[in-house]
Amino acid sequence: MPLDAQTVRKVAKLACLKIPEARLAPLAEELSGILAWIEQLDEVDVTGVEPMTSAVAIRLPMREDVVTEGGDAAAILANAPARHDGFFSVPKVVE
Amino acid sequence: MSDLLSLSLTEALAGLSSRRFSAVELTEAYLAEMTAARPLNAYVLETPDQALAMARESDARIARGELRPLEGAPLGIKDLFCTKGVRSTAASKILSNFVPPYESTVSAQLWRDGAVMLGKLNLDEFAMGSSNETSAFGPVINPWRAEGSNRALSPGGSSGGSAAAVSARLALGATATDTGGSIRQPASLTGTVGVKPTYGRCSRWGVVAFASSLDQAGPIARTVADAALLLRSMSGHDPKDSTSLPVEVPDFTAAVGKSPKGLRIGVPKEYRVEGMPAEIEALWSQGVTWLKDAGCEIVEVSLPHTRYALPAYYIIAPAEASSNLARYDGMRYGLRAPGDSLREVYEASRAEGFGDEVQRRVMIGAYVLSAGYYDAYYLKAQKVRRRIADDFTAAFDKVDALLTPTAPSAAFALGDAKADPVAMYLNDIFTVTVNLAGLPAISVPGGLDRTGLPLGLQLIGRPLDEETLFTLGAAVEKAAAFTARPDRWW
Repeated sequence: MPLDAQTVRKVAKLACLKIPEARLAPLAEELSGILAWIEQLDEVDVTGVEPMTSAVAIRLPMREDVVTEGGDAAAILANAPARHDGFFSVPKVVE
Repeated sequence: MSDLLSLSLTEALAGLSSRRFSAVELTEAYLAEMTAARPLNAYVLETPDQALAMARESDARIARGELRPLEGAPLGIKDLFCTKGVRSTAASKILSNFVPPYESTVSAQLWRDGAVMLGKLNLDEFAMGSSNETSAFGPVINPWRAEGSNRALSPGGSSGGSAAAVSARLALGATATDTGGSIRQPASLTGTVGVKPTYGRCSRWGVVAFASSLDQAGPIARTVADAALLLRSMSGHDPKDSTSLPVEVPDFTAAVGKSPKGLRIGVPKEYRVEGMPAEIEALWSQGVTWLKDAGCEIVEVSLPHTRYALPAYYIIAPAEASSNLARYDGMRYGLRAPGDSLREVYEASRAEGFGDEVQRRVMIGAYVLSAGYYDAYYLKAQKVRRRIADDFTAAFDKVDALLTPTAPSAAFALGDAKADPVAMYLNDIFTVTVNLAGLPAISVPGGLDRTGLPLGLQLIGRPLDEETLFTLGAAVEKAAAFTARPDRWW
């Protein structure tokens, strides 16, 4: 199903991407091309097939719910675009 | 010192341990060659000081007779692996200033075993691409050129820097990653050996995530034996990656040179695709003959869902990518763009930080996971993935390994496929099935096309049976006697 500019705007919102108005129509065309190609999957009969969610059949391991490392605020903050007094500094969230 | 550069990893390690040359001499030879080869754009960061410090440590250990398995071997690291204190970008603008405070498990194991880090290698942004053209640093140039032409060719991708560096002798070996073919396709396009191990063989911890159920690290090397050496160091269980397999690491090098006599090799008829160049078909037949001559039994097999692998991949990989890349929000690390509200800062940071192909895939992913489309796309793709994996299981009832071409073409010109995303995706037509099924595979150079460009053959194995691939890969390598080298035009 081809996407229109309106749907691309909605998807961009979901993907948290700022897309200029002028890009919406060309993107709709590009993404529609990819989706049209993907839709050949409709030819495959998958009735009764279990979805495959992992490349290997192993049970995910469990461990004790304890702190294994931490206490290194300096390393964690080292790459922060903005920081203040040992905290991440972010744009205002609540007015 | 160019004779030092012509040694394979196996030969260089022998020369180092017998003190014919020092680790510092070997490292200096590589550092000089890296400088000379900057027009190839293979490295996005050279780390000469670190390299020389590590080489000096290796020389001290060699002097004391305390050799580790890769003592003094200069390697390049794909810039998708986080390296402690060394900028790690995933070739994305969004991580252009990111300096990890930790080391990826795979690279840490290489250093544990005595290897020397030369620098960080270029790649497609977040490993999303098959030509290296989506890199924020610009494309890598393939050291190979068609005969009589000076047109710049793509080294393939996403591990284009790794493949070009090994091919042009800017590293003795390199780390790489493979989500849909990103180790094997560039290996094929540059005349190098690339191994994508079984999913779970190498830890994903500290490797920038693209599609977590498909991503797997592996080596690109000059010879099959070199690849076996590197994979042994890179592999092993890691509690920090919940999908890392708790299994022993075999001595892969012991499998190299073993007789492949009696092994059954499947030739999947569905890989004979329309429009496949005659030379690739001929090389494939040649590979069949080589293995038959080496005592293998050739069996035609069927993998009926092959043609649906790429479309399924282009639902699953973008879906996982859109989820993995949600972490890049400009708050804790990475690029932060200005905006009037928190939401605007998020959206502007991601729009400015991600390139076109990454944005395309994140949007496809968000779309196929969104309410109302999840079942039609994502769930369907996961079911098709099961069908593809079942095809392999059935084939491996009859055969020990499969032989196919690695890529549908030799190296193509930069810019040729960029305009059409789907045309670019088709590069992975022979490789992507393996990622979906979690299987190991190796690409080995088989010969040259009519214009003198390398072509690879792919062998696919059972889960955790890399050893059979090393045995068969070495047999193909021996029969092909591939010694061609790119002209040093740079």
